[in-house]
Amino acid sequence: MPFYVSPEQAMKDKADYARKGIARGRNSVVVTYDDGILFVAPNPSSALHKVSEIYDRIAFAAVGRYNEYENLRVAGVRFADTRGYQYAREDVTARGLANWYAQVLGSIFTESNKPYEVEIVVAEVGEAQDADQMYRITFDGSVADEHGFVAMGGQAEQVAGVLKDHYATGMSIEAALSAAIAALSSQGNGEGGINASQLEVAVLARARVHRTFRRIRGARLEELLSQVRSGAGTAAAAEGDGSAAEPSPGDQTAP
Amino acid sequence: MGADYLGGQFTAACLRVGTSSFADFLASSAPDLLPGAMTAGPAGQPAAGPGAGGQPGAELPHGTTIVAADFSGGVIMAGDRRSTAGNVIAQRDIEKVFRSDDFSCVGIAGVAGVGLELVRLFQLELEHYEKLEGQTLSLEGKANRLAAFVRGNLGGALQGLVVVPLFAGFDEETGKGRIFSYDVAGGRYEERKFHAIGSGSVFARGSLKKLYTDGMAEDETITACMHALYDAADDDSATGGPDLTRRIYPVVAVVTEDGFRRLTEDEAGEYAQAVVAERLQSPGGPVAPLRQAGT
Repeated sequence: MPFYVSPEQAMKDKADYARKGIARGRNSVVVTYDDGILFVAPNPSSALHKVSEIYDRIAFAAVGRYNEYENLRVAGVRFADTRGYQYAREDVTARGLANWYAQVLGSIFTESNKPYEVEIVVAEVGEAQDADQMYRITFDGSVADEHGFVAMGGQAEQVAGVLKDHYATGMSIEAALSAAIAALSSQGNGEGGINASQLEVAVLARARVHRTFRRIRGARLEELLSQVRSGAGTAAAAEGDGSAAEPSPGDQTAP
Repeated sequence: MGADYLGGQFTAACLRVGTSSFADFLASSAPDLLPGAMTAGPAGQPAAGPGAGGQPGAELPHGTTIVAADFSGGVIMAGDRRSTAGNVIAQRDIEKVFRSDDFSCVGIAGVAGVGLELVRLFQLELEHYEKLEGQTLSLEGKANRLAAFVRGNLGGALQGLVVVPLFAGFDEETGKGRIFSYDVAGGRYEERKFHAIGSGSVFARGSLKKLYTDGMAEDETITACMHALYDAADDDSATGGPDLTRRIYPVVAVVTEDGFRRLTEDEAGEYAQAVVAERLQSPGGPVAPLRQAGT
């Protein structure tokens, strides 16, 4: 090694590298609503998923490099299935999984030359909305315990800001989707309006038993999107306590 | 067992590029979690000594009779609720027919402990594959995976811990119900129309042979399976009949293009009570005509 590089500088370089990589991709959001947790990601591919099932009530959403987060997803499914097999299904928790991901990402960040350029969210749907859990884990292994909604990706703070304006506890799935689309399109994630073929949408449905993860696609997604476009105003009005809701968040999504 | 798989080696194994099979993953990364580890090791001994029948393992609870029959819309599987340990009834309400995934079910006969573990691993194997690959295995693929698991227990079976499954499902490619039976060596045999396994299977199969007709409806097929289990319980002491006093009825699974459905206790009770009521009039059950009409 011809040059001395201080540990501070090495870490900073790695972090900058990872941040730049993540910022190149699009944002994703996760929003809780009255009957579950909604995942929305702009994704032109219908086969290479950004949102996936991990376990009965736990799902995984990611942004960044596909091969890296796919590797983490597979590892998470293996970890969860082994845990559930070794103990019992209810012993697999988002908290345990998030801690494990934090360890994995943290050691990759410090020990390898190239950090993972990913940011992930592990979410678990609870019996009631206040029991929902969401953990955001970044490339260096730091974990944040989030409530209500999370945004990931390059301009996550700006996206989260728009989401905060539209979010209300106990909102319907239409209102949640409307808020998610408003937040995503505010940062140019779907140039000129977002349509169903460019959107990956999935939910953890609170009322389901056993495996709660469901993808929303095809006709069901078209239907939901048309409700969002036409009835966003009524959806927002329907939230009695939706103090933060804009009169018609759907305006921003109209093509 | 007992080791918590949070260590670095296990984490590295999770991150490694590899198989979509959960059993294969366990075999390479956490082999002592596999059920076979208990019986296949050099020190593996059957958990029970020579039992009443002189067979090792005979004192362990055994599951008994499972029947399956296909019909126009799919396939039915039903199992009695008794498990026996030697001459003692070990449990009156054991469940031996399970959902293995959305379009298939599995029943077990033999040593219950080994069988239940086999089912648990099989269910997880199908779910794990589906989560990793984003699509389910074909019905044939599922049947083959189960054959490999049964073969994995061959060591245990030779020591007296015999268990064989019966597998049935709706084949989404052909739109038909299909039934697969197994031997302890992992042999996999596709059965036509109907099949039964377990100690009362001889009587159940004889009964189904007379009751089964092509093109039966779902409810008729369920009734035929109920009659077959009744006949098995009638002649095999290890098979339990419908227990009207305790309201314990056979487990009935229906797999159609709409997926797996298990009859509720009330629904199964109605079929069981109808069969018992009929047997009060005619203890031998429905009588088949001696000659085919027109001959």
